[in-house]
Amino acid sequence: MARISGVDIPDNKRGEIALTYIFGIGRATSQKILAKAGIDFNKKPAQWTDADSKAIRDIINSEYRTEGALRSEISLSIKRLMDIGCYRGLRHRKGLPARGQSTKNNARTRKGKRKTVAKKKGATKK
Amino acid sequence: MARSIKKGPYIDFRLENKIEAMNKSGKKSVIKTWARRSTISPDFVGHTFAVHNGNKFIPVYVTENMVGHKLGEFAPTRTFKGHTAKKDKGK
Repeated sequence: MARISGVDIPDNKRGEIALTYIFGIGRATSQKILAKAGIDFNKKPAQWTDADSKAIRDIINSEYRTEGALRSEISLSIKRLMDIGCYRGLRHRKGLPARGQSTKNNARTRKGKRKTVAKKKGATKK
Repeated sequence: MARSIKKGPYIDFRLENKIEAMNKSGKKSVIKTWARRSTISPDFVGHTFAVHNGNKFIPVYVTENMVGHKLGEFAPTRTFKGHTAKKDKGK
């Protein structure tokens, strides 16, 4: 079992995919890392030599921000937006989409589960 | 789509001149402005702007963190006070 960048233990998958189990590394970054380390994308972490995993670890540590560091960076930049009181910050505070999406319908990812409001009695159709 | 880097940030010309004059003379006063689309440049830090929101002027004190944002981002144009609670009326 390989242990890279803290707690992540990706194992019996192709190296390219296994690396994406780390928060902050997707397919593109994963490919860049492997290419730089000179490891075949298809090689599974189980087959990596110690030198391989060390190379990968070094590249990730020196060039990428992952896991906790990345999470705190994200929450800090959101906090900055909220502190300066700009429009995007206000939207974050209210838990609404911040990038100009429509909120008349949908937007459920941000708004969460529907809060149904009881219909007025005898309301006529428009 | 984001603005082309080639052009540089858009900073309202008159606003920039006013700030420059104020920085030179060392005076500070609130600047009324309608230029919501103007980017906040580092020179603006420490000044107070009265940014129009379509109805009235919202005072915005510019801090270092705000550099790179637009003035309009700090003067909301809409007021949403929430939906009316209908249950209470029905009683």
